[in-house]
Amino acid sequence: MFDITPEEWVAIRLSLRIAIVASLVALPFGLAMAWLLARKEFWGKTLLDGLVHLPLVLPPVVTGYLLLIAFGRRGFIGSFLGDYLGIVFSFRWTGAALACGVMGFPLLVRPIRLAIEAIDRRLEDAAATLGASRWLVLLTVTLPLALPGLIAGFVLCFAKALGEFGATITFVSAIPGETQTISAAIFSLTQTPGGDAAAGRLVLVAVAISLLALVLSEWLARRAGMRFHGE
Amino acid sequence: MLAVNVQKQLDRFSVSARFDSASGVTALYGRSGSGKTTIVNMIAGLVTPDQGRIALDDTVLFDSDRHIDVPVHLRRIGYVFQEGRLFPHLTVRTNLDFGRRMCGLRPDEKEMRRMVDLLDIGHLLDRRPGKLSGGERQRVAVGRALLMRPRLLLLDEPLASLDNERKREIMPYLLRLRDEVAMVYVSHHPGELKRIATSVVRLDGGRVVSTGGMELLNQADDEFF
Repeated sequence: MFDITPEEWVAIRLSLRIAIVASLVALPFGLAMAWLLARKEFWGKTLLDGLVHLPLVLPPVVTGYLLLIAFGRRGFIGSFLGDYLGIVFSFRWTGAALACGVMGFPLLVRPIRLAIEAIDRRLEDAAATLGASRWLVLLTVTLPLALPGLIAGFVLCFAKALGEFGATITFVSAIPGETQTISAAIFSLTQTPGGDAAAGRLVLVAVAISLLALVLSEWLARRAGMRFHGE
Repeated sequence: MLAVNVQKQLDRFSVSARFDSASGVTALYGRSGSGKTTIVNMIAGLVTPDQGRIALDDTVLFDSDRHIDVPVHLRRIGYVFQEGRLFPHLTVRTNLDFGRRMCGLRPDEKEMRRMVDLLDIGHLLDRRPGKLSGGERQRVAVGRALLMRPRLLLLDEPLASLDNERKREIMPYLLRLRDEVAMVYVSHHPGELKRIATSVVRLDGGRVVSTGGMELLNQADDEFF
């Protein structure tokens, strides 16, 4: 039962790679977006906020289809990136990472935004009077104080990316070794006669990875939080 | 020498103040809501005046006519806030060292030692602010502001959040600092100011009503208390 086959390992490694790359690449964008939404007032803010949260409420298939239109080989962004920068998303693992990053984005932004909103801005003023420029205030006060939110957002995004199915399969299909993640593999195994045992193994792996990520984030967030109150 | 001449319209209230202060400790004195904090915030650069001019020695910090507005972090003006505002994620030691690092000054262990001794905070260095008493917190806040070698020190009701015993505990430390740097000391408490101030600017309703020496505190006693 627990002999994981080479094909299953491929799906597991691919899933991890996609989820890690998606969350890492999304992180700086998520951070910038969270800061913008938490700290700035501008025209169209509500619309932007809505757009960020859209993948949370849209059917994932719709998000996948929109990605296909925009980032496909002939999509208006995809063709530009492919022709000028050599970045191709369609039917590649990078496309799966893009889909997972977009789906996880709202889950990434929200905790960071809440953490930044909770920071006492008077501490940032104090840092400025002590000679810290805006960037230094961000690096030395804002980000460290928002760290628990950052960790929470990152892990939620990672977990979402790991389990993403609908948008990924619509955008880049499920090609074994390239875009077939654990979720896609489980789905395909359950459709195959005799695939139950293999599906069961992958389900256990998925549960284990997700649990591990949650426990790790809880531990990290507690450590980060302790620094504010402990000795 | 600090020269302030500022106007600022706030929501329901306007500040229009003009005063000079030489070295020593200038008291900004008046009841709460008289515009004291707004004025020190304008000196620090945290609030932008609508109009006017602020100069410290021969540096113009703000001049609306010449479109000069030196950013907060370049003013090198120390600020001790009413609530201390220590960074909760840093130890007392790193809090104290914060300004020096941000201003790009060389580490100066001797100066650090001297300040720590002066304020009696040596036993607190490895703690975090969450574990300090109110009086300890304010002493660290004073040390933090002074260790960036400010050209002027602003103190906004630094004792207001403390009980009487703690106030008595801190005052001697503040008195020791009088010779270190010029200060602007905000308070609505004449007793406190009598001990530390060398000149007085009295404010009411956002306007300067009188400037002068300590006698302004005596005549004001009954008015405010």
